[in-house]
Amino acid sequence: MTTTYAVLSEGLEKSYGPVHALRGLDLAVPEGSVCGLLGPNGAGKTTAVRILTTLTAPTGGRALVAGHDVTRDPAAVRRAIGVTGQYASVDGDLTGRENLRLFARLAGLRGSAGRSRADALLERFGLGEAADRVAATWSGGMRRRLDLAAGLVTRPRVLFLDEPTTGLDPAAREHIWTAVRALSEDGTTVLLTTQYLEEADRLADDVVVVSEGRVLAGGTPARLKARIGSRAEVAVTAREELAGAAAVLDRLTGGRPVLDEERLTVGVTVLDPGISLPRIIRELDTAGVPVTDARLRPPTLDEVFLRLTRAHTATGTTGREQETAA
Amino acid sequence: MSTLLSDGGAVLTRQLHKARHAPALLVLTQTMPITMLLFFGYVFGSALAMPGAEYREFLVPGLLAATAANGLMTGMFTAAQDAHRGVMDRFRTLPMSRGAVPLGQTAADLLTTAVSMVPLMLVGLAMGWRIENGLPGALGALGVLLLFRFATAWVGTYLGLLSSSEEAAGQLGSATFILPMLSSAYLPTAGLPGWLRTVAEWNPISAVATAVRTLCGNAGARAGADAAWPAAHPVAGALLWSALLLAVFAPLATGRFARGGARERSS
Repeated sequence: MTTTYAVLSEGLEKSYGPVHALRGLDLAVPEGSVCGLLGPNGAGKTTAVRILTTLTAPTGGRALVAGHDVTRDPAAVRRAIGVTGQYASVDGDLTGRENLRLFARLAGLRGSAGRSRADALLERFGLGEAADRVAATWSGGMRRRLDLAAGLVTRPRVLFLDEPTTGLDPAAREHIWTAVRALSEDGTTVLLTTQYLEEADRLADDVVVVSEGRVLAGGTPARLKARIGSRAEVAVTAREELAGAAAVLDRLTGGRPVLDEERLTVGVTVLDPGISLPRIIRELDTAGVPVTDARLRPPTLDEVFLRLTRAHTATGTTGREQETAA
Repeated sequence: MSTLLSDGGAVLTRQLHKARHAPALLVLTQTMPITMLLFFGYVFGSALAMPGAEYREFLVPGLLAATAANGLMTGMFTAAQDAHRGVMDRFRTLPMSRGAVPLGQTAADLLTTAVSMVPLMLVGLAMGWRIENGLPGALGALGVLLLFRFATAWVGTYLGLLSSSEEAAGQLGSATFILPMLSSAYLPTAGLPGWLRTVAEWNPISAVATAVRTLCGNAGARAGADAAWPAAHPVAGALLWSALLLAVFAPLATGRFARGGARERSS
């Protein structure tokens, strides 16, 4: 079985003088999927997007977008992509309709084709009413929708969303998410960078965690969570019973149980997916430890992210890096 | 080539829409040269050894040349604004011609300048300025002015793309008001100390101002026997200066736009 990749990068590097923003980034985004690029500030996410959208040239490695090399054939890449984000924005001095008509015309849709494309997008994103007001007067959520619409003027095969919902309220965020899901269902490949792990969890088929210009980990959100393991926590009736509960959990999981003498709980990481909550309770019961409460929950993507990036930083990589998106 | 013109046309339309949405700004840029003309003509004109009427005849072509040179400032503002507000990156991700944005912006600037030159000339005529050489002279003068405006707008676009921020472009742009002062636009150069006179006579704005005076048959058209080449051949000088600036800065600005302005300078 062969997978076609909408975005493929190998050993992508970018240096700004002595600063290394990317140090060999490998990405493979299958066609039609949604890939979430996660990473702390300065990890190189924006630099990666800028290279993949032909805005800046890499200093090493290579990248293919929709099958076209970003440095050798940027014009072909531009015909296949749409970009929405913190940097590629709309013109606040124009109305919404003027913005979309301008971008449609520049994308090669002449005359009535461009006008009807612009009008259709305004309707689709619920911007019809505000369409003839200058965009600078719009709310943040509406501007972001216009931004997304502008990215779709070209009917892109690959859509890049650079932090599409940063600074939006929950309702506006939900609006963008719904639109992105609909696009993905229509077969558009989406590469999104985000600070919000919930966003990646809700939208992305695959998540790639980037730190200091390299890929730390990748996979489905579920697989990444499995790597970190679930968290089991049991509550007992008295302080004397904590040690007994800890001993059972230690034997069961091989993890290092943590005792909380205030709340009378014992917590432990569970890596083995075969260990279920009933089994934990059964084992404690057999050992004669009375349990008042027990829970087993998968980690949030936030925990995964923190664990991965913290472990990475702790291994002592040298050199400070920063995103050059001043 | 056809994409360049079509895309350039789209960007030109955009600039005109912007102007339409900010009418106050448009009125300000149109009336500023008229205010300066009245101020220089009657305030400075009353204090000069030259008779006031004669000075005003000398001044009008100078102010037209200074207005043409303002393409530098406008070009810088426009380019820096786009570069630092993210619209430029949107343009650069579109499958459009690389030269279209600077071309559309400078062409739009040319259009609005052509419109603003008319009231400025009318006020000049009311102040006693005359076009002695008829319609050909007037059209020739307008052509020299607009070509120079187009050239300086490209220089401004390039500098605007290089600027580190909108504010920096604003500061530098405002500082360009000094350039016509170092030329024969407002005052004759004959009285200047030697080195400053050489600078002023080689200043392209001098060539443009003197070319307009020559084409319209005004006072101050004739240069002294020891004048520098552009001062002695003002029409050729003005045309050559404009051509030179265009030949150097149009490719530079287009290349800088394609590579992404100041943000990517280190790349």
